[in-house]
Order: sequence, then C-alpha cells, then structure tokens
Amino acid sequence: MRINPRITNSVVRWLLNAQAYFTVGILIVIIAIIFVKGFPQVNFAFILSFPQDMGRHGGIFPAIVGTIQLALLSILLATPLGVGTAIFLTEYTRESAFTKLIRFGVESLAGIPSILYGLFGFIFFVIKLKMGWSLLAGVLTLTIMILPTIIRTSEEAIRSVPRQLRIVSYSLSASKWETIKKVVLPAAMPGILTGIMLSIGRAVGETAAIIFTMGSSLRLPLSLMDSGRTMAVHFYILAREGISMEKAYGTAVVLVLSILFINIIAYYIMNKTIARYS
Amino acid sequence: MIDRTVLKEQFVKWVLIAFALSSLLFLFLIFAFILGEGLPLFLKVGVKNIIFGMKWAPTKGYFGIFPMIISSFLVTFGALVIGAPLGLSCAIYLSEYSGKKMKMFLKPAIELLAGIPSVVFGFLGVIYIVPIVRNYLGGSGFSLISTSLVLGVMILPTIISISFDALVSVPKTYREASAAMGATKWQTIYKVIIPSAKSGILASFILGMGRAIGETMAVIMIAGNALKIPTSILDPLRTLTGNIALELAYATGDHRLALFSTGVVLMLIIMILNYIANFGIKRKIAK
Repeated sequence: MRINPRITNSVVRWLLNAQAYFTVGILIVIIAIIFVKGFPQVNFAFILSFPQDMGRHGGIFPAIVGTIQLALLSILLATPLGVGTAIFLTEYTRESAFTKLIRFGVESLAGIPSILYGLFGFIFFVIKLKMGWSLLAGVLTLTIMILPTIIRTSEEAIRSVPRQLRIVSYSLSASKWETIKKVVLPAAMPGILTGIMLSIGRAVGETAAIIFTMGSSLRLPLSLMDSGRTMAVHFYILAREGISMEKAYGTAVVLVLSILFINIIAYYIMNKTIARYS
Repeated sequence: MIDRTVLKEQFVKWVLIAFALSSLLFLFLIFAFILGEGLPLFLKVGVKNIIFGMKWAPTKGYFGIFPMIISSFLVTFGALVIGAPLGLSCAIYLSEYSGKKMKMFLKPAIELLAGIPSVVFGFLGVIYIVPIVRNYLGGSGFSLISTSLVLGVMILPTIISISFDALVSVPKTYREASAAMGATKWQTIYKVIIPSAKSGILASFILGMGRAIGETMAVIMIAGNALKIPTSILDPLRTLTGNIALELAYATGDHRLALFSTGVVLMLIIMILNYIANFGIKRKIAK
C-alpha cells in the first residue's frame, strides 16, 4: 500500500516540529533547574562574602573577582591581536598562500579542545616559563583560546562594511590606515563587539584550560602571579568533591546567568547590525 | 625626506603582519610543546605499548591507553547516535518549516545552549541522568550511555548551526523546480535538499564528533573513569581527555610525560577529524 505523500508530509512536519521544541525544551529545563534550585542560595552576602571551609559556607566573592579579572585581561590581549589579524586579512592582502596559511592556523586553533590548551598552558606557561599556577598563566592560555573567535567575527564584520565608504574616504585623500581607523573600524564595531562578548562568555564558562593554568586557590588574586579560581572552577570543585550542593547550585545560578546575559547582549548587537546592512 | 604618513602606513602594516603571524606562532608553540613532552615516551616505551597497551599504571611503568582510545570513540559514536538525528531534524525544521518569528526565537535559543558551560552539563548529568540510568537500566549509572546522552545534547548546537547553513545555501531554484513537479515539501526535502546539502551535513556531524571527543569536564563527571574497555552501555569508562584532566594536577616524571602522550594521540585524532571536515568536505562543496 502506498501512503499518501501529503499525509507523510504532515506527519514529518509534526515530527520535526516536535524535535525542534524538544531541543529548546532541553535548554529551558536546564535553566529552570539551575534557577529553581539555586536562587534561594543567592543573596548579597553570597556574592560579596568570602567562602569559608573550602566553600561549604560563605560566598563566592573571590571566584567572581577571579572570573572578571581573567575574562577582562584575556579580552584586553586578544582583541588587538584578533582585530589586527582580521584587518590584515581583509584590508592589506589579497587571497594568497600566505593568507591561506594564516587562515589554516586560525582554523586549527579553533579546533583544539580546551583540555589541550590546558595541557599546553600547564607545560609552557606554568612550568617552562616558571609562572606557576597564576592569573597570568590563565590569562595567556585563554587569550590564545579565544583568539580564533575574535578573528573570525571581526573579519566578517570588516568584510561587511560597504566598499563605498572606503572609496569616499580615499577620495578625501585619507591614507589607508586613516580610512581603517576612522571609517572601517567604527562601521564594523558592532560585529567586533559581538565577537568580544561571545569570547567573554567562553572565558567565563571555561574550566579545563583554566584549572591547570590559573590553579584553584580560593584566595583573592591580588597580582598577576597569584593563583585564583573562576566561578566555573569553583562550581566544578564544589560539585565534584561533593563539598556543598547548595553552594554549587548557587554558584551555578550566578555563572549561568552571567553567561546568558553576556550572550544575549552579543546576539542583540548582532541582530541590530544585520538589520542595518540588509 | 621621507613622508611621515608613508612611514606610519608602513609601520602599521608590519605591526598587523606580526599580529597575523601570532596565530601561527601560537599553533606552532602548542604543537611543539605537546609533542616535545609527549613524544619522548613513545620512543622510550614504544608506540605499540602505549597505543595498544591495555594496562595503565603509570607509576609502575605501564602506559597503555588503548582502552581510553576505544572509550573516546565509543562515547563520540554514542553522542552522534543521539545528536545527529535530533540536530539534523532541528536544522531542517529551522530552514524549511519554521516561520520567521519562530526562527527568531529558536535560533538564538539553540545558540544559547552552546554557551552553557560543560561543567553545568556534567553536574546536571550527575544529578539527573546518572540516577535515572542506575534505577531503570542498572549498573552504577556512571556509564557509556549516560555520557553519550549528555554529550549528544552538548553537540547539538554545532550540528544544528552547520547543517542549517548547508540547508539554507541550497539554491531556491532547486526547491521551485521540485515543487513545480508536484512534489510535497517533504519529498522536496529528502529527495532534493538533503542530497544537495549532503557534504555540509556530513561536515556538521564530523565537527560534532570533534567536539564530543575533545569534551572533558562533563565527561569526567559522568563517565565513571574506569580503566577498562566497556563491554556494555552500562559500564563506566575513561576517555583520553578524562585521563589527562584527572591526573595532570599531581603527575610527575614519566607519569606526566604519559599524559602528554595521551594528549598527542588526542591531538592527532582531532586533527584528522578537522581535516576531513574542513578540507575533504568543503572542497567538495566548492565544486
């Protein structure tokens, strides 16, 4: 018996629909669980006080500070490097063997899993360069890790700046760098910002690469050579060593909320840019 | 006298070239240091005894990681069994069926799923998936199937977004031609659109595999980390990534070198997967 194609069509449509909602449902369930279990733990004292007894009591203030330090410093290093690379790839060369080589490098960096970054950061920064488990080693490792994201998004953003803008600038006798600095970069800024926000999100959620470079000291890192821990690492240690499920959920809420907030801003900026250019 | 503007232009250009080269430098350093630490042990103990060795007791001179290689592939395959059909279905729904408003809601939601840190996935896996597996299927719950389930969800965003791009880039004229022949939407999708987007869809599966095989934190929390080849889906296992993450903090001497050897094997697998996805398949698309 042959099934009417129209019936198959509606059945499939329904099935695909269900699977799409199922996927989004997973996201909603994850967020809901974290919020329902974690929110009762979170208050000002939790955010602003120091942990006591390995995190069994008290708050997560050093972990929050450590996360912010790590994310901001990595972005500070990765942004000029990444945007500079993107400018070079889009404005200063044609496609050649050299650009292909650089693109290969960027693609390869993007494909390396974070545990290998951890392994590399551990042997290179922590051991060979004698930084020890420190904020600096974490920052440098993370900088390399987020570089590909910043390069890719910046390159796309710079490419989407209309050619006419550049031509007008040149016709006013601006030099190449002046054109880039005053015309191209401002126009590409929203796209670049999206990349930066996504990278911050990645930095905040990263664990494997950080735990072996920045270490997991519970003290507040006061210098670049101090060890510290991020919220993600703190959460991992609380959960894995079964120190305190309540505090783990509480940390998870702050962690997931910050990442959602950062990523939503990123998509908001991106959508606005897309709307402007299309 | 040299014009100052010209001088500045030249200076900027060289600085930018240096920036661009930094990515290559970093890649080189990563390779050099992981290989530099990882290869000596291969020479000392023998490639065969590491890659095909069954016993891992690094403080007693046994560096076999064969069970971990197999386990890594098993969880990756398991993740794909769960993630590939679900991810492809979502991509098809997004590109072919959903309205504009629905897309505006679903796409960002799926991208947000990609932002959830792997420790959170691991934690929820331990709290919810592991007990369910233990109570309904048996075993300890820390198992191949629990790990595959969680990894399957974690690779969804990769599979969906890359398959989606491949499906969307199928020319509109194909769809119109098929519709003009009287085909229903689903007939068009599975006879015209999926075959044309085949290489992109395959690339999404392979990149998803890369993501799964490289995943660490979620895996060490759920997999149980036992040192043998699992014989059932309810057995615990230890992956290559897990092996590194579990022991790096306290390993010294040959033990530490052995973890870098594990890293070398992992890097090799990832490179092969990325090569297939980026070059083998993308080149076909270009044609």
